[in-house]
Amino acid sequence: MKRIGVFVCWCGSNIASTVDVGRVVEEAGKLPGVVHAEDYKYLCSDPGQNIVQKAIEDYSLDAVVISACTPSLHEPTFRKAVEMKGMNPYQCEIANIREQCSWVHEDKEAATEKAIKIIRSIVEKVRRNESLEPITAPLTKRALVIGAGISGIQAALDIANSGYEVLLVEKQPSIGGHMAQLSETFPTLDCSQCILTPKMVEVSRHPKIRLLTYSEVLEISGFLGNFNVKILKKPRYVDETLCNSCGECSEVCPVVVPNEFERGLSSRHAIYVPFPQAVPSVYTLDAEACLGLFPLACEKCSKVCETNAINYDMEPEIIEETVGAVVVATGYDLYPIDEIKEYGNGKIPDVIDGLHFERLLSASGPTEGVVRRPSDHKIPKEVVFVQCAGSRDTERGKPYCSKICCMYTAKHAMLYKHKVPDGQAYIFYIDVRAGGKGYEEFYQRGIEEDGTVYLRGKVSRIFQDGDKVIVWGSDTLTGKKIEIAADMVVLAAPIVPCEGSDDLARRLKIQTDANGFLSEVHPKLRPVESITAGFFLAGAGQAPKDIPEAVAQASGAASKVVALFANDVVEHDPMIVGVTEDMCSGCGVCVGVCPFGARELDTERKKVKVLEVLCEGCGACSAACPTGAAQQRNLNDEQLTSMVGATLAEALEGSDS
Amino acid sequence: MSPVRVRISRDKVRSDFVRLVNEISGQNVLNCYQCGRCSAGCPLTFAMDILPSQVIRLVQLGLEEEALGTNTPWVCASCMTCFARCPRGVDLAKVMEALRAIKLRPGDADRIRLNQFPREALARLPQQGLVSGLRKFTG
Repeated sequence: MKRIGVFVCWCGSNIASTVDVGRVVEEAGKLPGVVHAEDYKYLCSDPGQNIVQKAIEDYSLDAVVISACTPSLHEPTFRKAVEMKGMNPYQCEIANIREQCSWVHEDKEAATEKAIKIIRSIVEKVRRNESLEPITAPLTKRALVIGAGISGIQAALDIANSGYEVLLVEKQPSIGGHMAQLSETFPTLDCSQCILTPKMVEVSRHPKIRLLTYSEVLEISGFLGNFNVKILKKPRYVDETLCNSCGECSEVCPVVVPNEFERGLSSRHAIYVPFPQAVPSVYTLDAEACLGLFPLACEKCSKVCETNAINYDMEPEIIEETVGAVVVATGYDLYPIDEIKEYGNGKIPDVIDGLHFERLLSASGPTEGVVRRPSDHKIPKEVVFVQCAGSRDTERGKPYCSKICCMYTAKHAMLYKHKVPDGQAYIFYIDVRAGGKGYEEFYQRGIEEDGTVYLRGKVSRIFQDGDKVIVWGSDTLTGKKIEIAADMVVLAAPIVPCEGSDDLARRLKIQTDANGFLSEVHPKLRPVESITAGFFLAGAGQAPKDIPEAVAQASGAASKVVALFANDVVEHDPMIVGVTEDMCSGCGVCVGVCPFGARELDTERKKVKVLEVLCEGCGACSAACPTGAAQQRNLNDEQLTSMVGATLAEALEGSDS
Repeated sequence: MSPVRVRISRDKVRSDFVRLVNEISGQNVLNCYQCGRCSAGCPLTFAMDILPSQVIRLVQLGLEEEALGTNTPWVCASCMTCFARCPRGVDLAKVMEALRAIKLRPGDADRIRLNQFPREALARLPQQGLVSGLRKFTG
């Protein structure tokens, strides 16, 4: 029989105030197989671990039960500690007498009885535990980064600079994301493009980065360390290696459509580059806007192209690659302002969103940095900014705080004032959230030096009256209803996950939250990892965040990838569900219920085969298996039955069964 | 509380009135971020129409009529509790003084003429009241 040691932790008063630790130790010592039982104030401390290690030697223990907090906290601590004494880590089990006992009970006597039962059942379990070794699999040291905004760019550069290959995929014709659209950035007012474009150039020249623009990830299969990726490279009808971006094609193109990069404030041709510093600096033919490719309707562009770069017969290409880890940096969009009825449904031309205003402020924008309102191109003298336009609204909009709007609106008002010194900026707000280095000072500067008038209240209605846009709000600080006859209104619409990211998350089998943002494992301690192993998160696709935060998270995700790649193989938890072949009838029920694709039916042998590295040990197959062939390692049917038996021992004694 | 919608514009927020209050008081009323600490500690709010911080707010918005129409500047005894505690360094007592001065300067306001005061009334008047009354009403 195994020699088992039981160690009971006080966790200060967390356990000891509700559970009579002394009695628990006394009872545990009487359990069959238990040769030693002991308590300590903080078992997780160094002296606490030493007690466990010393007892393993002194009492020649074969297995250990730690009665303490949840295994999700200190199981690794104690498994490591016993391993140092030569014990197999899977001979160490945690009996959770804190979260599942002391924290949720008040009656000390009953809680003590319950703690004893919990320990009894874990002793029964560990008695039958097998010694296990981690499952290993080969590791492909190449990363995929999805999305090439500032987050994706930063993550790709950090991984590539650590010496690993990176596949950077962007669905737009150029990298750069929304940051390329911004004018100047708070709180230092650096020109956004000036600080972004050097990184874009670095990406394009980096020998370790393979850049795929105008491309989308279709599908990812496999597992941590070994993902198979399928990427669609859309035809841009221009050969990237031949185009010298002279722009003559665009000049002769007769088609004019709204320019997405300028948020529709100006137009572009069907063959275009999104902006002058685009990377790659290559023209793209927008097949939907073109007069016709099948059959050819115009051909003007190819006739003027000196390098013969235009190829109307270009086909979509499917690229398949193997990667070891994936960084998802899909970014954001703005909530559409035409969804907000009381603010004009997007139908009032001089009511625009924050990104529109960025383009009006930008020196490279449609107005070359002169603030002109869209309707008649006049310079607006009274501009109203509305914060929380659709956010912090549980009834009609988005429930969350979009986080960056307070700061970018303060910046908008400030930059507007710099460009229109005789103009006046008003900001309607509910709260001003200026938490960040230099942010509060920046916000105060806008008020003191640039005379931005803050009005505390949410705007109730915006409507057109002649050439004015009337804004109805209130100032709750004075209790007065306010009306402003504005020339232009800028709505700080909430950040929402990038269009299509929900769909992508489904294809990648990674999780999203109620608002569609990508879910992290732990909001505080594991903020850059997806719940699915091997996927890491960066940027505003995970939650609204500003540039410094997005860059920091991207570097965090990159360091996780690099840490993974520092290993030669990937280790996988051996607590999987195997197959006892003699009992397997080949019915295949388990294959259908497995959410990880870890089980395959060998139709010839009529037996199920397990792809061990894919199994996450969820136990769905084990529950479904009609014969008992699918048994979870160290949690098999025999163990479960004995655990239930140990828990209910007193009740069973009293019954006839 | 005003049921009427007040229109604000750049003419108002940058009016002579706001400039005048800043100039006479030597304060920048825009520095105030409306935390309300002045009102929370003011010993005389029981006698005021609106809170001292609300007076500052009306000035910030350039609402001259509303700011001058309250009794708050007249109740203010310049005890300076507000200024001693203001996290933004705004001397409210000076702002109140500026508002009183603006109201009085056109010349048609009430003034104290000491020689017209009945002797027994003067005897009953606390000294501090007399001093602050003189400061207020001799503008």
